[in-house]
Amino acid sequence: MHLGQSWTDQRMEETIGNLLRAGVLLSASVVLAGGVIFLIRHGHSPADYRVFRGEPTDLKTLRGICSSAFKLSGRGIIQLGLLLLIATPVARVAFSVWGFAAEHDRMYVVFTLIVLAILLLSLAGFAGPG
Amino acid sequence: MSVLEFTALVWIGAMAAGLLGSLTGLGGGVVLVPLLTLLFKVDIRYAIGASLVSVISTSSGAAAAYVKEGFSNIRIGMFLEIATTLGAIAGAFLATKVSASSIAVIFGVTLLYSAFLSRRPRTKQEREVPPDPLATRLRMNGSFPDAGGMRSYNVQNVPTGFSLMFGAGALSGLLGIGSGAVKVLAMDQAMRIPFKVSTTTSNFMIGVTAAASAGIYLNRGYIDPGLAMPVMLGVLIGSLLGARILVEAETKWLRLLFSLVIALLGAEMVYKGLTGRI
Repeated sequence: MHLGQSWTDQRMEETIGNLLRAGVLLSASVVLAGGVIFLIRHGHSPADYRVFRGEPTDLKTLRGICSSAFKLSGRGIIQLGLLLLIATPVARVAFSVWGFAAEHDRMYVVFTLIVLAILLLSLAGFAGPG
Repeated sequence: MSVLEFTALVWIGAMAAGLLGSLTGLGGGVVLVPLLTLLFKVDIRYAIGASLVSVISTSSGAAAAYVKEGFSNIRIGMFLEIATTLGAIAGAFLATKVSASSIAVIFGVTLLYSAFLSRRPRTKQEREVPPDPLATRLRMNGSFPDAGGMRSYNVQNVPTGFSLMFGAGALSGLLGIGSGAVKVLAMDQAMRIPFKVSTTTSNFMIGVTAAASAGIYLNRGYIDPGLAMPVMLGVLIGSLLGARILVEAETKWLRLLFSLVIALLGAEMVYKGLTGRI
């Protein structure tokens, strides 16, 4: 029983690890593509991050980011890649729910669902008005 | 400085931060925020946003490498993530009420305190402890590969660890870091989990904690794509390199590096925050 459980744990973790790496590589590729476009267009402008201004609406809401990425804006594509990156840990937690359910570990299914609910609630604040 | 030069320099700095962050279980953020604010003179709010993103890439990117070595404990991680994610949301809301200088001082004090705690020596006896009833019921006890084969461990003080994790999450949400330092402390010092298991499980948890506050930060306009791009790509490469080194590295050497780096950065952040230069 104990051996079986740790074996399944190990396999589940490996699958999750590979899933995360794929997600990170995908988001890194999107960020890199956006970065290349951004640098070609703005590479020779002066850099200024000393004063905080906050980002414009099209770079901080889900809809704004999607529409500016669709217009092939370098900054929009980078933000889309970053959104994908934020989604990787969420996917990891969602996948763990399934993993613990496959092990019939109800206690940890509940714990994992609680974590998933907290994550989705905080992200819903992002997708909502603003 | 042009955007191209700035991007190249930040990329190199982020790669170094990612390597260091991965080696010590701190995540890249704890080194990045001081690096960006002190060296590159970036506004601390932009630094926090970029750091938060890098923290996720460190955690997710290195997860597969760690998992294969069998160090991290997914049950401990998942249970404690309840505390860290709730804390992260609380911290992200708190961040709107606090000035940039105060954030710098809190950041510095966090680093100094972590460095102090991590240097406290442990005796051999503390490692061999009887099973704790609560930890046993939560199925947290486990084993990991060591020099002489598999070594098993018994987890202690679950309620203390859980409370510390809420604090770690709040700091993460407030400062935009993974607060791996506090997570490692909670697991290593309070819960008596072996150091390598603590650092790798912490690395696993950091991404989930950061994701809980990332949406709030993005919505607030703290994540600038021009800055986050070289930071994320640099940290990712650095952390993947670091994950390869960790397995062979000595725990003693790691702990020394860990405390030296955070103490230095902590002192600098407190000084700059108190003199109003951040």
